Amino acid sequence: MDLILILEQGLNGLQFGLMLFLLAAGLTLVFGIMDMINLAHGSLYMIGAYLAALVLGSTGSFLLAVCGALAGTAAIGMLIEIGILRRLYARDHLSQVLATFALLLIANEAMRILFGSQSLALNPPEVLSGPVELLPGFLYPAYRLLIIAVGLAVALLLYLLVAKTRVGMLVRAGASNREMALAMGVNVKALFTAVFGVGAALCALAGAMLGPLLAVEVGMGESILILAFVVIVIGGIGSIRGALAGALIVGVVDTLGRTLLPMSLRAVLPPAVASNLGPSLASILIYVLMAGVLFWRPQGLFPARG
Amino acid sequence: MAELLRLRGLVKRFGGLAATDGVDWSVAQGEVHALIGPNGAGKTTLVHLISGASSPDAGEVHFAGSDVTRASMHARVRRGLVRSYQVTSIFRRLSALDNAMLAVQAGRGSSLRFWSPPQADAGIARDARALLARVGLDERADVAAGTLAHGEQRKLEVALALAVRPTLLLLDEPMAGMGPEESQRMIELIQRLAQEVTIVLVEHDMDAVFKLAHRISVLVSGRIIASGEPEEIRRDAQVRRAYLGEELGRAA
Amino acid sequence: MGVRLDHPLRSVVALPVLIALIAFPLLMQVIDEPFYVVLASRILIFALVATSLNLLVGFGGMVSFGHAAFLGAGAYVVAILMQHGVTSAWIAWPAAVAVAGVAALLIGAISLRTRGVYFIMITLAFAQMMYFIFVSLKAYGGDDGLPLPSRSIVAPALDLSSDVAFYYVVLAFVLLGFFLFARLVNSRFGRVLQGIRENETRMEAVGYPVYRYKLVAFVIAGAAAGLGGALLVNQNELASPAMLNWPQSGMLLTMVILGGVGFLWGGAIGAVVLLLLEEVLATYTIHWQLGVGLVLLAVVLFAPNGLSTLRKSTGAQARDG
Repeated sequence: MDLILILEQGLNGLQFGLMLFLLAAGLTLVFGIMDMINLAHGSLYMIGAYLAALVLGSTGSFLLAVCGALAGTAAIGMLIEIGILRRLYARDHLSQVLATFALLLIANEAMRILFGSQSLALNPPEVLSGPVELLPGFLYPAYRLLIIAVGLAVALLLYLLVAKTRVGMLVRAGASNREMALAMGVNVKALFTAVFGVGAALCALAGAMLGPLLAVEVGMGESILILAFVVIVIGGIGSIRGALAGALIVGVVDTLGRTLLPMSLRAVLPPAVASNLGPSLASILIYVLMAGVLFWRPQGLFPARG
Repeated sequence: MAELLRLRGLVKRFGGLAATDGVDWSVAQGEVHALIGPNGAGKTTLVHLISGASSPDAGEVHFAGSDVTRASMHARVRRGLVRSYQVTSIFRRLSALDNAMLAVQAGRGSSLRFWSPPQADAGIARDARALLARVGLDERADVAAGTLAHGEQRKLEVALALAVRPTLLLLDEPMAGMGPEESQRMIELIQRLAQEVTIVLVEHDMDAVFKLAHRISVLVSGRIIASGEPEEIRRDAQVRRAYLGEELGRAA
Repeated sequence: MGVRLDHPLRSVVALPVLIALIAFPLLMQVIDEPFYVVLASRILIFALVATSLNLLVGFGGMVSFGHAAFLGAGAYVVAILMQHGVTSAWIAWPAAVAVAGVAALLIGAISLRTRGVYFIMITLAFAQMMYFIFVSLKAYGGDDGLPLPSRSIVAPALDLSSDVAFYYVVLAFVLLGFFLFARLVNSRFGRVLQGIRENETRMEAVGYPVYRYKLVAFVIAGAAAGLGGALLVNQNELASPAMLNWPQSGMLLTMVILGGVGFLWGGAIGAVVLLLLEEVLATYTIHWQLGVGLVLLAVVLFAPNGLSTLRKSTGAQARDG
């Protein structure tokens, strides 16, 4: 086995996992505290990427692009929360699923109307477009290292926020026992809006950072949203810790799986079979993992509720 | 009298707390056996363990001679071990009659029948009406259950438990939230039922407990601290301490 | 406020619908608009599939976000069999139903151990899993899908390449399916299923093995969707992975809520409304999905029981989970 390849894919998995965490964190909080399924979460990710591309296009500064994406998406997210999502908290899950599905359709179409069906260009900053030599003979793109750094920083920040501040305590209380939090007189409306806004900002960050690697186009939110769902099912609904663990597991397993599985299959099976079977198995690997976790630990690995 | 229900060394933990801490208990056939205890004693947990809603960390549950410790709730119901709920759990959007019919249908063979409407089974509707009459709800058969008065809902709650023809009826605070007149009617209903069914009565209402029970057991911190006839329990020093003498004193 | 457990199939409604459906192609021939026969076939097929989902969601309270998986499975079985030389509908279509049913059994067995939000997500994830499997099968078209060289053969004399003939075959199956569905929801099983929707804990406490009943419903619904898939692949003459993708599942759920969750005609009405809406909007703009999204949002927010109850609505809100 090529050690360099494994290291490289491992880092890719870490990078992808951390970005997944950004999406999953917001999603799991909305689930845990507001008990709401939000299918439009991926749309916030998409909006963030588009806003970043727009700002980058007009200012040329990547930093401004990210900030613009964060601010803009948080604002849009909070507006949607106040205007529409608030009415859904008390409703049944089917209504929530369909209303947010409707928002997803509207968001996709709106982007198509505004920007067309072509993907937008979102280029990483010049200074980071080259590789960095991590180990002798092992080159890794500098931009991906930035993503990892940003991801870890945000994870740390979220941890501090949730574990060490009063607001964080309210959030944790809400996630583990919503009725109790309500009974204690927490300003629920403001808290929910704030949580949603933060979740939207995290999505935007992921969208802006992943934009240069993946295509900024309509529908980019759908595929990553499913993965985010898998992450929070594995990690446990309402738990940030679970979201991080789940995201890292999914990120690494998926990335490594796509490389290692076809390779190991080719070693034991005839090439025609291996080249068909390999990618198929690799794509369903995390779903098998999810089914397994649900079977043994139906509440996920780190459930917020006891 | 034969033993109908037997619990041996039952333990249930939540995190570090043992809600049920080694319970040995038995209920004899034909009696009304009340289970009382202060708040937080673990009565609800014990009810869940007996009915099969949760499984114990240790210990056994024996019912009618069989070990049902691993049996699911619906399997225990099939054997005749039925519970009613403290927080009314009925089919709110359905009529009282439909509520009763669903419960009666459960005892009439498999419902994996996909073709004929159960109205063709005239017996089910007839028995459902009789059931409602038994608890005094026959006039209200066509009313949506959620719009019934609280006391009526509690009666429907008991009716649903009766529908499956229990051998042992586990009544979880049937008097919950009732005024004195409604409580009196419920006491009379339970007295009638006691002639056909063994009853385990979990209650806070001491008036009802002393009127109905043949035996009383006291649960404190997950353990049975006393068990015996009502007068013995009333005089028991440990029990008085547990209740600070208040509730028992009032009922004297 | 009350909800009824019986849903009679009234002949005063059913008979005119039946006559209209039978007469429809003839009418279209008279006014020379053959395209509408193709549209009608499509609507009928989705009426069947949406009704099968309504059985799960509306009558059983199980919000499955992966129903498209069974639709797609049925479609692919027919297409794959045809690639291997099996063209007879008498073999391929029952095979589609059987495979979809087995898939529903496997997926349901695991998924139904979860409830609420988890159930929705796990059904979604399993459907995605099947989507990825079919996308990665290069031998069977992969991303582009697997075309049908011709439609399935029902009988030597009956040429299904004729849209009218195909319409009548579809109609026969859909009518049969709907009739069976109407009997099902009024049977003992149907009552138990609705009881489970209303209060699952109580059903268990009254002695019903709830899991078993849910699984049976899940398999029946999946198998019916498989039949829909077999019909749909013949309609489009193409089996495509998009049939299994989650927006497709979303569309099916949309039909159910548009038509009325838990109402006998809910799936059928929903299919008619959504597909007609798409057709009409598509003539005005390529951004018709925006219109669909807005309509769906409006329905969810303001008419949550679906169109079937709009006339009855006096403020009675959707049931809470």
